[in-house]
Amino acid sequence: MFVPEEKGGVGATRADAAVVFETLARADISVTAYLTIHNMNCGLLAKFGSEALCEQYLPDLASLEALSSYCLTEPGSGSDAASLRTTARVDGDDLVIDGAKTFISGAGSADFYFVMARTDASVSKAKGITCILVPKDAAGLSFGKAEEKMGWNAQPTRAVSFDGVRVPVTNIVGEFGQGFPIAMTALDGGRINIAACSVGGASFCLDYAREYMDSREQFGAPVGSFQYNQFRFAEMATDVHASRLCVRAAANALDEGSSTATRDAAMAKLFATERCYDVANRALQCLGGYGYLREYPVERYVRDLRVHTILEGTNEVMRQIISKRM
Amino acid sequence: MRILCAVKRVVDYAAKIRVNAAQTNVDTSSVKMSMNPFCEIALEEALRLKEAGIATEVVAVTVGPDAAKDTLRTAMAMGADHAVHVVHESAGAGAGALPPLAVARVLSAVVDHAGPFGMVLAGKQAIDGDNNQTGQMLAALRGWPQATFASSVSVTDGGTHAVVTREVDAGLETVKVPLPAVVTTDLRLNEPRYAKLPMILKARKREIETLSAETLNVKDHVDRDQGKLHVRKVSEPPARAGGVKTKDMDEFINMLREKGVL
Repeated sequence: MFVPEEKGGVGATRADAAVVFETLARADISVTAYLTIHNMNCGLLAKFGSEALCEQYLPDLASLEALSSYCLTEPGSGSDAASLRTTARVDGDDLVIDGAKTFISGAGSADFYFVMARTDASVSKAKGITCILVPKDAAGLSFGKAEEKMGWNAQPTRAVSFDGVRVPVTNIVGEFGQGFPIAMTALDGGRINIAACSVGGASFCLDYAREYMDSREQFGAPVGSFQYNQFRFAEMATDVHASRLCVRAAANALDEGSSTATRDAAMAKLFATERCYDVANRALQCLGGYGYLREYPVERYVRDLRVHTILEGTNEVMRQIISKRM
Repeated sequence: MRILCAVKRVVDYAAKIRVNAAQTNVDTSSVKMSMNPFCEIALEEALRLKEAGIATEVVAVTVGPDAAKDTLRTAMAMGADHAVHVVHESAGAGAGALPPLAVARVLSAVVDHAGPFGMVLAGKQAIDGDNNQTGQMLAALRGWPQATFASSVSVTDGGTHAVVTREVDAGLETVKVPLPAVVTTDLRLNEPRYAKLPMILKARKREIETLSAETLNVKDHVDRDQGKLHVRKVSEPPARAGGVKTKDMDEFINMLREKGVL
């Protein structure tokens, strides 16, 4: 969606994307979340990649003929992303990559990997990182086992190992040393998208709980007619609505290039992921015993939403970002 | 051949509706609105005729309030080439709504204004009014042939005729009509396409030609037509009364006899 039309994309705004991802997430959070990651990668390539690189890879990526993964996190660097240790050294016309990434969504299935690696150890940690596009069949690239997760099971999550992986220097996305700023730019959009997924998932659970409570009868009346349930439902609906507005406001800020965009995105991510997980969890409660059964969809949404407060920057990091900017 | 496709903005088919307190209409505040399903089918058929090279242009038209522009944007997102909006506050259903004759009058004026058209495609009925009259009345007003409840449409004889299979109570009936004609669509004619995201985004910025009963010179007629149909009350169907269980077949037959059914 973020690839401009001339390069084979839709050229949608962040506001458009917030609506689209929220709606898709109503049906399936895990698949939608993967799509947000893939969209982010394509957007990065379109914005920072060279003409040649775009021509070579964008057509397949933008049409979803090819899938992509984003490799930033390592066993030793999660929230402290700038301290990453994967290296890439120049050797003739190539870059040689050594290191390991972890918790990579889509790894093993994706055709192309956007890898953040350290190309210059002599400068400060954040300045020496470069973004490199690595194809799946590169020699030396291997994948760990698919992690068994609480949720997000529609997409594999694996460790990625780089053992002397060689790619042409022309596979750099952006410039040498531009990797960290690129990553930070990507994260604002990514946070809005994940928050939008939370809103969509919670909104489905809200509707599902409502229908259930209108039909389930106990003590001679639908359980949805009891005041406590009505009050709880009103709170849940308000939380979803507020989350949605927060997400859309952040999306608008990003589209307008507002100076508060990073803070707004962090706020939207913090607020929506926490509130919407609670909504899904409360929706499960509204379903009583049935909520606990795999057969009923709500428990899957709860499991899927649980990770949204953790990835794309933990909510603790979000609090740090916000407080620094206030 | 150019095709005019009439579409209507109605309550979404899946929406749960309630009658308003005044019993004049269905309460449409905060209810999801969508393009009438039969209109979607009509539009899909028009688009397929264009893709087959039989039609050169598909023009979507709606008669409705400002919000009806959304329906035209949906039509353009699906592939309509142009959109015409005849603004009228009373389109819809229930008390005070434009009756089918008035809508047909307006559509006929649009045919004159934006024509020539080889075919007008429309849904057999709108799911709010369920009148099933507008297409037929339009044909009569224009002196055109009509082929209603279409379950298949093909254009023949070098574009001069259409062969339409109709779903009728007795089964299927196939008619051949000279063009131009009015064709109204039934459920099994086709399965409408989903609009693609790039088209949806583009449709937001496209121009819509805006008209009114005045600019089409049919205001007096429409006002008169509107006065001919008076909806007195809209109410929910009576609540289902409990049944009676009989203990055996004899009692059952006796009961039917008592009620005068047998």
